Amino acid sequence: MTAHVYELSHLEALEAEAIHIFREVAAEFERPVLLFSGGKDSVVMLHLAAKAFWPARIPFPVMHVDTGHNFPEVLDFRDATVERLGVRLVVASVEESIATGRVRERPDGVRNPLQTVTLLDAISAGGYDAVFGGARRDEEKARAKERVFSFRDEFGQWDPKNQRPELWSLYNGRHHRGEHIRVFPLSNWTELDIWQYLATENIELPTIYFAHQREVFRRDNMWLAVSEFTAPREGEEVTTLTVRYRTVGDIPVTGAVESTAASYDDVIAETAATRLTERGATRADDRLSEAAMEDRKREGYF
Amino acid sequence: MELLRFATAGSVDDGKSTLIGRLLYDTKSIFEDQLESIERTSRDRGDEQTNLALLTDGLRAEREQGITIDVAYRYFATPKRKFIIADTPGHIQYTRNMVTGASTANLALILVDARNGLVEQSRRHAFIASLLRVPHLVLCVNKMDLVDYDENVFNEIKAEFRHFATKLDIADLTFVPVSALHGDNIVHRSANMPWYDGTSLLHHLEEVHIASDRNLIDARFPVQYVIRPQAQTNHDLHDYRGYAGTVAGGVLKAGDEVVVLPSGLTTRIDGIDTADGPVAEAFAPMSVTIRLADDIDVSRGDMICRLHNQPRVTQDLDAMVCWLSDQPLHVRGMYAVKHTTRSVRAQVRDLTYRIDVNSLHRDESATSLELNDIGRVSLRTTQPLFIDEYRRNRTTGSFLLIDESTGATVGAGMLL
Repeated sequence: MTAHVYELSHLEALEAEAIHIFREVAAEFERPVLLFSGGKDSVVMLHLAAKAFWPARIPFPVMHVDTGHNFPEVLDFRDATVERLGVRLVVASVEESIATGRVRERPDGVRNPLQTVTLLDAISAGGYDAVFGGARRDEEKARAKERVFSFRDEFGQWDPKNQRPELWSLYNGRHHRGEHIRVFPLSNWTELDIWQYLATENIELPTIYFAHQREVFRRDNMWLAVSEFTAPREGEEVTTLTVRYRTVGDIPVTGAVESTAASYDDVIAETAATRLTERGATRADDRLSEAAMEDRKREGYF
Repeated sequence: MELLRFATAGSVDDGKSTLIGRLLYDTKSIFEDQLESIERTSRDRGDEQTNLALLTDGLRAEREQGITIDVAYRYFATPKRKFIIADTPGHIQYTRNMVTGASTANLALILVDARNGLVEQSRRHAFIASLLRVPHLVLCVNKMDLVDYDENVFNEIKAEFRHFATKLDIADLTFVPVSALHGDNIVHRSANMPWYDGTSLLHHLEEVHIASDRNLIDARFPVQYVIRPQAQTNHDLHDYRGYAGTVAGGVLKAGDEVVVLPSGLTTRIDGIDTADGPVAEAFAPMSVTIRLADDIDVSRGDMICRLHNQPRVTQDLDAMVCWLSDQPLHVRGMYAVKHTTRSVRAQVRDLTYRIDVNSLHRDESATSLELNDIGRVSLRTTQPLFIDEYRRNRTTGSFLLIDESTGATVGAGMLL
């Protein structure tokens, strides 16, 4: 950005918009919290939050809804990031929800759908009134109509017919006690924008995002990692491939893609050329039904 | 690479969803699995061709009804620009959605069916784009394939619209004849319309000059958040006090003499900070942090501007309001008002007239505004606001009306 040309690049414009959103929430809400998973979107989101309040520290904690089925690389990354930025980390544990009987483990062992209860309990326990999430509108059909400020009732439920119009850059966060809003500062960012920003800002990501060797097996048209939580069934052959992850979810439901992309430039080139959406290629939890995301949003998942 | 936001309006039948689907598809912004998914849905529904419109139908209810409700945001990019589409339905019951989508748009794309020409809806959309002061308008005459790509049909519609547009305030108007279904003039110039000497729609979207659309003249900085680290460990930060916000207009420079409203106290900009270092100047829509030379009281809702170019400080608002709620506007009712970073209360003094968005006639006998109505309203606020005319600055000229008990956003106002 040069001084005499009063233009912003698209990334600068998106960044400015996100910073505006963080500041607006910090000003109008009492207890915000930022959902941080160590995934690339939450990493960008946290980076933006740090910029928004610079040179002060981020004035709210970060929360990780931990299913217990994380990639260990991601957990390490989470801890290192939190320490570097000097933010408080709150871990909401799905395992604990299972242990205390708040939810029941599913027969297929998939824990993503269980996160909703853990998340809502943690929001309630912490008295949080604004929850930042890294969701983008381009990710999935049901998110195209999400607002930046998404109103949830006391059960965390989302009613598409009950959201507020968002005009100009005026965000109306008025709410009743017991209600909280979800805020999505990355609403207008695409997957490519995220990668371009990560590259431009030289932001560190968990290593699994870049090409590495891993033992995987094929299931449901995806490459799943062999791990303590996922064992191949009979007939599923284990092979070692050079792969990377485009999205970070739980090990049992997140597919790797074959790739040799080892740097940001590589990943961006691959992403620009790719024919499958991020979630379509690699998230089994969205395939359950065509309106899966919509259903889970109604339940308060995200 | 710049960012361009455009609003699309059109009804189910005039092919808007197909046009968007075509834009996404031809710029390779649709992914294979999305295409597979709509192919499957089209087959299941018994459609003859893959309905590109399905790409933009997200919610289950609307997929079932086959129409789109609410504002949906779509994204695509070419090597030249990144685009955000605010896609809104065309029916009159969704005026509020078009108003919402148009509020941030640099450009409005209006679709007309070549067979029908201008209809009520097209006029309504043009009026809304003009009211929301969308700087650029493109009229796409679609389904040219169904009128044999006839130049006369296109010219007639063009002339009719030009005549209609003289009543509106439209600065930049472009006409493109297209066939969304077959792709004519969407991304590539059409071989079927050699008489057309303009560019394709996409080329226009990539090239239209938007950098000058912002107000770079009237310096306006609404204070959004006060940053005070007060760190004991870092001595430099201990006294740091920065006023964070998004520049709403003009260009602010380090060293500028400024005045802070509402106090009227004057000072100088000591520096303009960002997390990436200080900047010599800041312009809209940059989000920055301003440090002032003097230790004066500044808080959220205040505005920093130049002494000799100040916004109007007033408690009397006269505005065009679009009603967004199914609870009607109450004259004499109290509402909360949000203007930039400032929140006040206001009483509706008078509803001067309601405007018929189709005929553009003013109904001065109207006693209320209902959902999707647009009217001229006067309000009296409890505290002064620092305003500009909406035509001069879309940020400092706009506000929200909020229901105090439900918290819902009930009205969108544009100051006259």
